[in-house]
This record gives sequence, C-alpha cells and structure tokens, in this order.
Amino acid sequence: MSSAYSITRSVNVPRAVYLDFPLGHTAGKPGDKALQRKVMIDTLSALDTIQVPGTIRSLPYRWAATEDWKDQVMRPNSEKTEHADARVERTTDPQYHLEDDARAAELNLARNGCADCIWPE
Amino acid sequence: MHNEPVDYIQRTLEQYANLGYPPYQWVNNPGDPPFVPLGKALQDARVGLVASGGIYRHGQVAFHFKDDCSFRLIPTTVKLSELRVTHFAYDLTAARVDPNVVFPLETLRDMAQLSRIGELGPHAYTFMGGIYSSRKVKEILAPAIADRLVKDGVDVVILVPV
Repeated sequence: MSSAYSITRSVNVPRAVYLDFPLGHTAGKPGDKALQRKVMIDTLSALDTIQVPGTIRSLPYRWAATEDWKDQVMRPNSEKTEHADARVERTTDPQYHLEDDARAAELNLARNGCADCIWPE
Repeated sequence: MHNEPVDYIQRTLEQYANLGYPPYQWVNNPGDPPFVPLGKALQDARVGLVASGGIYRHGQVAFHFKDDCSFRLIPTTVKLSELRVTHFAYDLTAARVDPNVVFPLETLRDMAQLSRIGELGPHAYTFMGGIYSSRKVKEILAPAIADRLVKDGVDVVILVPV
C-alpha cells in the first residue's frame, strides 16, 4: 500500500496499490470503515490479479472534492515548515504518544526487558 | 499538475536544498523486482501485516527519532485502545483518532471474518520509518522482520508505509 507514488516507483516493490491521499492515510480516512474496507479489498485483489512485476495500481478514491491539499505538502512556506529542521534535534529518547505510556514501558522493561520490543543487530 | 501524485522525491530534494543539505539518496532498485505469485486462494492464505507508521502498544517502549531500527511485535488480537502512534515526519492527527489509517489491523480482522482472507498471522510488526540510513533498513531491520514472518508461516504480507 502506498500514498507516495514516486518513492514506491523508485523502490520498485513487487506489486503495489496507490492511494492518492495525504501522507498519514495510507489505508483510508479515520472513522470511515466503509472506505477502509474498500481500500483493503482492492489491495487484496491486487495480490490476486497483478501479473507484471513492479505494477503500481492506482485506486479510484479521492481525498477531497479538489486537489488543493497537494499545494501545501512539503512546501517551504506551508504551515509544516517547523518540521523542516526537526532532524537537528533528534535524540534516542523514546517519544511517547501519551504520558502514561512511559511509566508502563518502564514497568515492562523492569519485568522482562520488554520481550516484544526487538532491537536487531 | 493537480491530478498527478505529489512527487515527494522532488519535494524532498527542494526542501534539502533550501536547508543547505546535500540531496537525499533515495533507494532506487532498477530492473524487475522479485515476484512470487500468490500460490493459493486468499481465502486460504495466512496474511502478515508490517507497518512503518510508528505504532506501538501501551506498555512497549516507544520509538525514538534518531534512526531507530527497532521493531515491535503486536499480537493481531490486540485491543485497538492499546495502540499508540509516534513519528516525526507526518501529521499524526488521523492515526491517533483511528490507527487503521496507517495500521489496518481491524480492517484485516474484518477481512478474515468475511472470509476474504484465511487468517492473520499471530503478530503484526511495526517500526518507525524516516530512517535516514537505507543501508541499516536493508541489512538489519528488514531481514529481522522477514525472519519473523517466515517463522509465523504467513503466505503473503501487506506492507503499509506512511
């Protein structure tokens, strides 16, 4: 599944479906179970029917009535600019979604080293 | 061109140039990719799920933002309310409301229920993309996840990047 056509083309995966939505919605819209199911049914169908290696099948669903959202994506003057230099501040501290997650993880680490967290070497 | 896909490779090139960084070396695999036809009906297949959107489960260590090559095992029977999402490179709003948009676990459970697939593998595997070193992904992370999937006995894997 992909929402980044050029990247998937470059990586050249065996087969893919392409959903032309903003990043962060590769499998559909939040709360729209009907759409999520349609996207998955099309994805599974692609597994059955794509015969040519490297095929990227475009799905027919649209994010919005207009394509204006595409103008805002990764543009220097867009509201997302604060992400542009985020990479200089990166650390190896876990970035928890919810505050309580950190405490739960510490308990889990103390108990069994977080057995389902894998750090491959 | 509005009907064309957003060209993220080109926009990243422009963004890096604006910041004075050298161009990012995107993975490029020329030629025909490896291709194995699905050897059985989907209704009989065990399906794996791998997602790079930074999903973890409450109780697990979250991902960090500095080339984190670790991954998490998430039982495919997990309650959705236990799922968390962290990532530096995309808008998390939708994923935090409904993780299925980047981690279609419930959708795949529905597919099994509807007999569109045989079953899910025992675990989904998650990591946080935006790993700068594609070499580390290719040599360390991807083979480690692939080994697990083979052990799980899955017939096919749905990959969900962000």
